[in-house]
Amino acid sequence: MIPKSQKLNPKIFDKDVEMVPIRKGFGEGLVAAGEANKEVVGLCADLTESTQMHLFKAKFPERFVEVGVAEQNLVTVASGMAAMGKIPFVSSYATFSPGRNWEQIRTTIAYNDVPVKIVGSHAGVSVGPDGGTHQATEDIALMRVLPNMDVIVPCDSIEARKATIALAKSGKPAYIRLGREKTPVVTTEDSPFEIGKAQVLFEPVSGAPDVAIIATGVLVHKALLAAKELEKEKVGAIVLNIATIKPLDVDAIVRAAKAASAVVTVEEHQVAGGLGGAVAEALGAHFPAPIERVGVEDRFGQSGTPEELIEHYGMGVEAVKKAALKVIKRKG
Amino acid sequence: MALSTTDIQKIEGKANSIRQSIIEMLVEAKSGHTAGPLGMADIFATLYFHTLKHDPKKPRWEDRDRVVLSNGHICPVLYATMAHAGYFPVDELKTLRKFGSRLQGHPHREYLPMLETSSGPLGSGLSQAVGMAIADRINNGKATARRIYCLTSDGEHDEGNTWEAMLLAGKEKLNNLVCVVDRNNIQIDGYTEDIMPLEPFVNKYISFGWHVIEIDGHDIAEIARAFEMARAIADKPVCIMAHTIPGKGVREFERKYEWHGKAPNKEEAMMALKDLRTLDGKIRSEHE
Repeated sequence: MIPKSQKLNPKIFDKDVEMVPIRKGFGEGLVAAGEANKEVVGLCADLTESTQMHLFKAKFPERFVEVGVAEQNLVTVASGMAAMGKIPFVSSYATFSPGRNWEQIRTTIAYNDVPVKIVGSHAGVSVGPDGGTHQATEDIALMRVLPNMDVIVPCDSIEARKATIALAKSGKPAYIRLGREKTPVVTTEDSPFEIGKAQVLFEPVSGAPDVAIIATGVLVHKALLAAKELEKEKVGAIVLNIATIKPLDVDAIVRAAKAASAVVTVEEHQVAGGLGGAVAEALGAHFPAPIERVGVEDRFGQSGTPEELIEHYGMGVEAVKKAALKVIKRKG
Repeated sequence: MALSTTDIQKIEGKANSIRQSIIEMLVEAKSGHTAGPLGMADIFATLYFHTLKHDPKKPRWEDRDRVVLSNGHICPVLYATMAHAGYFPVDELKTLRKFGSRLQGHPHREYLPMLETSSGPLGSGLSQAVGMAIADRINNGKATARRIYCLTSDGEHDEGNTWEAMLLAGKEKLNNLVCVVDRNNIQIDGYTEDIMPLEPFVNKYISFGWHVIEIDGHDIAEIARAFEMARAIADKPVCIMAHTIPGKGVREFERKYEWHGKAPNKEEAMMALKDLRTLDGKIRSEHE
């Protein structure tokens, strides 16, 4: 069941749940952040509408810089602007930024420790027909290893808007990962959100959970659907929404693992280096427990519809349920 | 404003002190780059002791000009110039590249916060300077008095990022941006025109929408005049293409690409310091 305190979308399990692209929440959040603080600036590499930065550009044309198809320039120019007191948000597709310009991000943003916000849109295989070149499944890993860098993966458009507004105030370098497709709206305006805090979105009706499902991004909704179905099958699940992958809410993860003694991670990313890797590292250090990681297994994406690809790469509701039952069997 | 002969001699004297410090730091560090720092000493001396709007006692003064060293490996000349300008004690130069030092092998502003940027990986300085120039224009408009100075090497123009920055600076007509290119014709593997030809270098900058001033990078009066002229250029970023001699001031090191990335040993350093201290005799009395 869903804890009342989370104030989630009441239609969350309905067929007609509202569907909104996560990137749209970023676009609206950036306008709000720009209204609140005149130092917020936007830079884009020829993908202004795709990444929803056109909203900011229309509102604050004098605070928007179009750098052309040049992702290395995108982040380094932003670093220079941050050195002058600006709070730059830079957007492109995640495969290009942080994919192409990783060293520039490392040296001029993370090493320089300036508050540039890297916005990687179109992450994951759910990009769909564009195919594998445009489906970033490594970006969380790339950004998570950088000192000083926070990593945020919102689960829906509302959380993306809140995260964008929060990042404008964080004073730190950060990466925020967005999906392209329309995604079920999981949270509401009143749902709690804080950088660095995991949220418990689902827990057993009574008693201790049999499994802890730790999810991030667009797949949080699928994790909730899986938990709901498991509930019908008398399997108790707790679902954690990890909107902040770094700094990781280790306390919440350890608490959930201790309660369930079996963990499933769910992400639209390689199982190596992303959320699954981060959770395994944390539990390895604090509370070793069996883990099954749902995600892309050392492969590249391909063309198809988002749903086809999510199923093909083993990240659908059935896959999450299967992983949960498997990890429960592994309990010692 | 033209420099008087006394002004020029004073800056030449500073450049010579900076060169001696460079040799002293490198021999103590036992590693580092020699040719580039020596070659850029005249430009750094002119910038910090004549052109730059700055206050070494208030390094974060809001109205200061900005200096971005793109090719971080020539940091001995930056550190030595900053020390002689009063940013920190000259004695500290001997900690270069040592554990716990603020003077990292390549500049890191976490260790030395008075730096504007960290640098080392080539080709990303100009774009950071472009970002600073754009931010300054947002704050102060086109008539801004501030100048953003970016110091780059010719070799790092092999990097695509540099050309991306040149394109954007031209597009944005950043007249508050000055890019100094150290045209010393060498890089690690050899002469630039053998490794990756850059000529016609000046034409490339011009075709990207820049105003180019070509100078002798060792003529103090010419360097100062170029910086001055750069202030008068409207609607274009300015490139100062400075022809320099790598290793300048030490006859044994001059023009040899082998000296790009190594430090002198004690004997070589003695010889280098002797070369520098007796240069033309005209600054002898100050340094003996």
